[in-house]
Amino acid sequence: MKLFGVRLPAMSSLLIWGLLWELIGRAEFSFFVPPLSQVFSTLFEIFGTKAFQSALYETAYAFISGVFFAIVIGIPTGIFMGKNRLLDELLLPWVNIFLSAPLTALVPVLMVLFGFGMKSIIITTTLFAIWIIILNARAGVLQINRSLVEMATSFGASPWDAFTKVYVWAALPEILGGVRIGVIRAVKGVIIGQLLISIAGFGALFELYSANFLMSHFWAVLIVLFGLAFTISEFLAYLERRVSYYAAKR
Amino acid sequence: MDMLQTNVQTEITTAAQADIAVSVSNVSKNYGDVEALRDLSLEFPRGQLTSLLGPSGCGKTTLLKIIAGLLDPTSGDVLVDGKAVTGPGPDRAFVFQDFALLPWASVMRNVAFGLELRGVAKSEREAIAEKYIANVGLSGFEKSYPHELSGGMRQRVGLARALSVDADVLLMDEPFSAVDEQTRRKFQEDLLSLVANENKTFIFVTHSIEEAVYVSDQIAILLPRPSRVSDIIRPTGLREKDMLTIRRDPEYLDIVDEIWASLRSYVE
Repeated sequence: MKLFGVRLPAMSSLLIWGLLWELIGRAEFSFFVPPLSQVFSTLFEIFGTKAFQSALYETAYAFISGVFFAIVIGIPTGIFMGKNRLLDELLLPWVNIFLSAPLTALVPVLMVLFGFGMKSIIITTTLFAIWIIILNARAGVLQINRSLVEMATSFGASPWDAFTKVYVWAALPEILGGVRIGVIRAVKGVIIGQLLISIAGFGALFELYSANFLMSHFWAVLIVLFGLAFTISEFLAYLERRVSYYAAKR
Repeated sequence: MDMLQTNVQTEITTAAQADIAVSVSNVSKNYGDVEALRDLSLEFPRGQLTSLLGPSGCGKTTLLKIIAGLLDPTSGDVLVDGKAVTGPGPDRAFVFQDFALLPWASVMRNVAFGLELRGVAKSEREAIAEKYIANVGLSGFEKSYPHELSGGMRQRVGLARALSVDADVLLMDEPFSAVDEQTRRKFQEDLLSLVANENKTFIFVTHSIEEAVYVSDQIAILLPRPSRVSDIIRPTGLREKDMLTIRRDPEYLDIVDEIWASLRSYVE
């Protein structure tokens, strides 16, 4: 955007919203909204504390494991669904149901099945992320140009070659799009898991701070979480742009 | 076993079949209730270019894909060098109408892709690809990507890829239909020198009568629903002519007229 002929850097509008937050906080409308400057000073305060660091570690561990399983299981499943009609007919209804189902309601079931520990939290995270990854990988494979597949076949590609040298790459723009949305959903998954299953990680901090009305602490943790999710999502968007040169011309 | 007799026998058989590289006998192809090809037989002489010409929907691409081993015939046999076709093989290479290039790979990797799939080592296949990239006139574009090339250049990449696997039979599915008219004319001339210089058998699908007469040693006219060979035309005097004067040659003009007369009633 341009303002008075000056090009503004991306997301300059955040400054305005930050300023508004600061003013509302200073005006002491509600204890719920402390001034932004206070939130940030709290953030630096708690950053070095043991509680925060172990929460960050626990959350990151659950998040990364959950996303890892979602990707490693989701992408091949989606690709095979796109290639194999029978598999597609079998799995697609379930994928669609779980994609739109309120997964939060399933969390108690997971607790019964897998206990109250890290395992259940990781599974919850995976369940939040995996369905959109499957669907996008499937969509990516379905739009592959027939003649690319015929080309590989006519030059004698083995099924493994066709998979690794044609299918994965031809579907990559859609796969990356699915991973990006899946990762954003995984952030939801990990926090819901930590709140519902065992009060651990960032979930525990949210619980602790909001129960004790420590609003600036609460907001500080939330900002860290937003920041992390945003950074990961932007990184994946960057990867998507790297392959966009061929996305439109397959 | 009497070696001498066997040798003599082999020689006789070879002599009789020497000029036929690909032979299609009694091939039928059904899609459910739809008959795409019915009892089609056709022979393709070695070292020559045979066109499959016909109105759209006459099954010429289907026939080409059956020869390529990409489609299975419902009945009938395809022999390449006397061996029955059961799938794609290294004796045949395909040039696609829409080029079928890997958009994420450079010209070099695309041209070498056929060799890559055959497990040829990187340095070796790149040396071969380099040569064919130069042959089709794309030197200097090795590191370019398909989206940076024009349609004509992309098809040159597709052609170089098919040439670099050094197959005996080149299958071309309307290879010039997606490029502009002037590029197409240049391609047709290049194809004539290719047929003259490479000892390969070309099977060329086209819907353009002029193109078929210009480039072919033999033209198979296919008629639709269900597809069968209605006529085989062999232009006799055109090969010796200068490629620049063929289009003014009376034989060329006569054949074009003749084919149009036989096809016009099938064009809706």
